[in-house]
Amino acid sequence: MFARGIKRKCFDGEEDIEGTLAGFKSVPSYNLQRQSLLDMSLVKLQLCHMLVEPNLCRSVLIANTVRQIQEEMTQDGTWQVINAQNTGQASLDRLVSSDILCRSTKEQGEGKLVPSYSSFSKDFEDIQSQDIISDLSTVASVQAPRNPQSNVWEMENPQENRGNFQKSLDQIFETLENKNPNSVEDLFSDVDNSYYDLDTVLTGMMSNTKMGHCDVLESFSSQTTTNSNSNCKSDINELDHIVEILVES
Amino acid sequence: MAGAGGGNDIQWCFSQVKGAVDDDVAEADIISTVEFNHSGELLATGDKGGRVVIFQQEQENKTQTHSRGEYNVYSTFQSHEPEFDYLKSLEIEEKINKIRWLPQKNAAQFLLSTNDKTIKLWKISERDKRPEGYNLKEEDGRYRDPTTVTTLRVPVFRPMDLMVEASPRRIFANAHTYHINSISINSDYETYLSADDLRINLWHLEITDRSFNIVDIKPANMEELTEVITAAEFHPNSCNTFVYSSSKGTIRLCDMRASALCDRHSKLFEEPEDPSNRSFFSEIISSISDVKFSHSGRYMMTRDYLSVKIWDLNMENRPVETYQVHEYLRSKLCSLYENDCIFDKFECCWNGSDSVVMTGSYNNFFRMFDRNTKRDITLEASRENNKPRTVLKPRKVCASGKRKKDEISVDSLDFNKKILHTAWHPKENIIAVATTNNLYIFQDKVN
Repeated sequence: MFARGIKRKCFDGEEDIEGTLAGFKSVPSYNLQRQSLLDMSLVKLQLCHMLVEPNLCRSVLIANTVRQIQEEMTQDGTWQVINAQNTGQASLDRLVSSDILCRSTKEQGEGKLVPSYSSFSKDFEDIQSQDIISDLSTVASVQAPRNPQSNVWEMENPQENRGNFQKSLDQIFETLENKNPNSVEDLFSDVDNSYYDLDTVLTGMMSNTKMGHCDVLESFSSQTTTNSNSNCKSDINELDHIVEILVES
Repeated sequence: MAGAGGGNDIQWCFSQVKGAVDDDVAEADIISTVEFNHSGELLATGDKGGRVVIFQQEQENKTQTHSRGEYNVYSTFQSHEPEFDYLKSLEIEEKINKIRWLPQKNAAQFLLSTNDKTIKLWKISERDKRPEGYNLKEEDGRYRDPTTVTTLRVPVFRPMDLMVEASPRRIFANAHTYHINSISINSDYETYLSADDLRINLWHLEITDRSFNIVDIKPANMEELTEVITAAEFHPNSCNTFVYSSSKGTIRLCDMRASALCDRHSKLFEEPEDPSNRSFFSEIISSISDVKFSHSGRYMMTRDYLSVKIWDLNMENRPVETYQVHEYLRSKLCSLYENDCIFDKFECCWNGSDSVVMTGSYNNFFRMFDRNTKRDITLEASRENNKPRTVLKPRKVCASGKRKKDEISVDSLDFNKKILHTAWHPKENIIAVATTNNLYIFQDKVN
């Protein structure tokens, strides 16, 4: 999975460390691991079941964790607002694909790219409600560059939106029909021993540490915080792979 | 009643195991709830496939002094079917989330079973006689031509093989937008509550087309949602009192006499956070997965990810007892977050005399804590110890450092083998422990 790819590169001994991490010790910096946790949480929020409603308790707890990290990063000054141009088409493709799963029809009209509880609960009366992670939406939503797919969502009126939503839902149903709904979760299910180092640092420390090299952070950037995706080709491929399973795009 | 732990206390022995032997678990067979009835004679399980299986304890055989009666299948029925919500284009799972028994009032037994959206009242009755000798019907049910009837007779009841029938008597539907996590029968035996992530409803057992909303924590703006209801239960003696727990580790006690909508709690139970243990996972592991009143009604027990806490209803600011279930997992929280195990919802239960509490863990381990002796024990539900009357060997997990013989290191634990559901017989030392798809029954050693 996405995060596992990062782990293997980073924590599995120094011979696996990428060039950009030269000089990096075997125990990663706090900021890096916090970032990794944030990435993992966002992926968890985005990949939700379509056939069965996702667990609201789990979603709330993950979202609260994201909020916590974001608050701390804001205090740190390490939270970077995304420059729309730099996010790039690639990340937008990824987000739209997986995000189709999580948005209500109203949000598709607004072209937002952030998952929300209203879609988790699919509460009819909540079609009006906005994104739960409203702060993140400033980071993740793309204003200027539009790819054709997102144009479809925002240009059409809600009725047609619903139709398109239904069409892509049907597509998703077809791809998922033979799959155990948990097959995506299985990607996350292995306990990777090499991650235990991450545990000791992350769970023990809450104190703010000095920010490490910007390079270090960027090379492990996610779609929500990166300024340049060119370092993340392999990460993109991993997430693409996951999204392909879901959408078969 | 004897306590748990080694030495002179209870020695737990394997009694029975129910379920498929092979490792390949069919998803429909995953056990999702276990519950003894009020006498302990019946043991019900619900599974992910929407089925309920009820086991009945054999009458004690006077000659068999070395063990109590075995539990054998009494009735099996399909309680819930998968449904499709057309408005939301989502499936409604048939998985049975909870079963609660009603106290027995006549020959029949009644239980409530619920999936995510619908609660059903089932009547389980026995039939061991049938009428024979109808005038207008043959024995196989075909109607006789009335012109062939020359004499009349009175039909009589003749014994037949015992048949146990389950029939749905009430269906309580369409009252929950979110997923039902708890049902609890009131001590008045006329009403019950059902709780979902954001609301709690009060029902009358006779009335299916109406329910009263007594708790609603849904924010006006769903964007502001940060806390959900995780469990709820009525007080065993006070029919006006109930509690509900939250994902933030709080328990609220409400009095239905205070107002129709119990949004304001009468008591709020919350333990202040330990700053030395603070991490990004603090909130997740504080989320309460189960709350159970003691039989006496004086205490309540809560289960969060790493511990079991006993609260005195008269003291809100901290629990009176805290037991660590698997503290060695505290350093592994990030991995457990990654593989979603951190969201596992473990249940807990009291023994009949409220002296011992039990809860499950990973690797098919389960733990018991004796409140009097302060001793605890870890046991394993495994087919390896499957000879009846074999005393279970206590297990130990080695957190770090040198692993002693017979100890298991944390890294070798199987996190797919989790014991989420356990139940304790209301009167005797018999426990039911559910692994993924097997039900184990253990008893104390009877000499």
